[in-house]
Amino acid sequence: MQVSLKRPLAATIVLAAGGVATMAAETTARAVPGAVQHASVPGMDYVSTLFVFMLATFVGLEVIRRVSRLLHTPLMSLTNAISAIAVVGSILIAGQQHSDFRFNLLGLVAIVASVTNIVSGFLITDRMLKMFKKREVAKA
Amino acid sequence: MSTWIQIAYLVATALFILALKWMNSPETARRGVMAGVAAMLVAVAGTLINPAIAIANYKWIALAIVIGSVIGVPLSWVPLTAVPQRTALSHAFGGLAAGLVGVSEFYLSFSESGVELNAFRTAALCVEVLLGFLTFTGSLMAAGKLQEIVPTRPITFRGQNIVNIGILAAAVAGCVALTINANYTFVFPLIIVLALAFGVMLIMPIGGADMPTVISILNSYAGLSAVAMGFVMNNKLLITAGALDGSSGLILSIIMCKAMNRSFANVLFGAFGQVQANTAKAAQKTVKSATAEDAAQIMEQANSVVIVPGYGMAVAQAQHRVRELYDHLTKRGINVKFAIHPVAGRMPGHMNVLLAEADIPYTDLVEMDDINPEMPQVDVALVVGANDVVNPAARTDKSSPIYGMPIIDVDKAKTVLVIKRSMNPGFAGIDNELYYADKTLMVFGDAKAVVGDLAKCLSGENGHH
Repeated sequence: MQVSLKRPLAATIVLAAGGVATMAAETTARAVPGAVQHASVPGMDYVSTLFVFMLATFVGLEVIRRVSRLLHTPLMSLTNAISAIAVVGSILIAGQQHSDFRFNLLGLVAIVASVTNIVSGFLITDRMLKMFKKREVAKA
Repeated sequence: MSTWIQIAYLVATALFILALKWMNSPETARRGVMAGVAAMLVAVAGTLINPAIAIANYKWIALAIVIGSVIGVPLSWVPLTAVPQRTALSHAFGGLAAGLVGVSEFYLSFSESGVELNAFRTAALCVEVLLGFLTFTGSLMAAGKLQEIVPTRPITFRGQNIVNIGILAAAVAGCVALTINANYTFVFPLIIVLALAFGVMLIMPIGGADMPTVISILNSYAGLSAVAMGFVMNNKLLITAGALDGSSGLILSIIMCKAMNRSFANVLFGAFGQVQANTAKAAQKTVKSATAEDAAQIMEQANSVVIVPGYGMAVAQAQHRVRELYDHLTKRGINVKFAIHPVAGRMPGHMNVLLAEADIPYTDLVEMDDINPEMPQVDVALVVGANDVVNPAARTDKSSPIYGMPIIDVDKAKTVLVIKRSMNPGFAGIDNELYYADKTLMVFGDAKAVVGDLAKCLSGENGHH
């Protein structure tokens, strides 16, 4: 079975369209009376983040399509560990000085959850992969 | 300093892509794990040197990392039959992390300067929180079902789909309202509650046989919530790594859906696996049953044997006995192959991992599409704990709920041996014509015990003729 790219492609287009729509919404929001006047975060460039997302999705789809069927379970535990990259956001929230330590606490719980995934994800992936062996040379 | 951070993130992104690229073959896959670990270390190091982090908070971060590791290490020791539960549980952790960071970001934007919300960031934040929390409860439910703490049968009630879609629509409406005007802060907790509720409601009607698809979809959501976090924080590493996970989950879901000939919508809202009304008529048909000794004699005379494992093999923990049987058969010069259906088991690739654990060389694990053309030449097909994936009704019976699903054509083999606990229909509650065919012999009993008996009959002592 060859995975067709049609649906992922459609999904990517939908997501990109969603991004464009939110940008449009932002412009409209400015016109709504009483809406918060949004101050732009310095260095924030939405279009380039959307580009990064689109390209990363295409790379991801192409790379993952080539993953051996044998390894789909380890693939999932590996991508699980990779998506625990949320640890980066968690550390930033937990590490900055906030007016209320409860913000840090949320970040710290998020670090615990992410690190759990990183540690168990990589360890179990390696444990599973170690088991995949070719046919041994005929033993006596 | 910020340049170094960006360079670290760039290196980490490249390493993550390489990690997945190396997963394309079992020979390079472990290198892929190493690349992933290196990427994560570079990413965490690059984050820790960020000058925005207060010195006083490092000790807390260190503590959180230690606690996470203490929980994570034992979680990686689970028996391989429990890998689907562990995977679902870690999707829950991933969703929780994204959700909590989102909550923190939202309220911080009101109390601190420099992190104001605009429409783009608010929309991304809503997506992050929505996906994060629905993945959290949804994955906990999935893990509960896989661990059989929560009933594995689909739980349904009238108007369920309307209720579910209503909850989701309300949450999305909340997101839209907040995006248009971020002052509607009271909507935010509502979105969280709705997302948590939707996660539970979404998984409740889903049966065990659909778990491979559901786990893949949740995998994708966990990744996409990290992407949304990246949009909120303007962090490109979060976006790339999250997108890699998201696309992986997406591809696996598509493969699983195709292997069942069903659509996403049908898996999520179809409540597959309810007992079919027509199972009653099965009682009148007769089956031929055989003892393990009879079955062993048949296998002895075969030149080629194809073993089809299913979830039943995992439940009975029979993979090591299967390995013994494999050894005895190959020692007699019989060609043994394993036919792996993409949705056999409870998560993608589940059977491969169990058989690899039992030291069966992966070169003898054959995908459905590659084994099917060979089936007519196969002397004996041995079905161990599989049911729907070998049901010929999928090819022939238009009224069957599994009609159109690709199956392993065991019915084309010269003789079929089926190891089954009883004549109860399988998880999906669909009767299987295969069991009543002339060439089929049923061997009743626990998969582990029966395969063990088969292996014993075929072991050296009986091989003196």
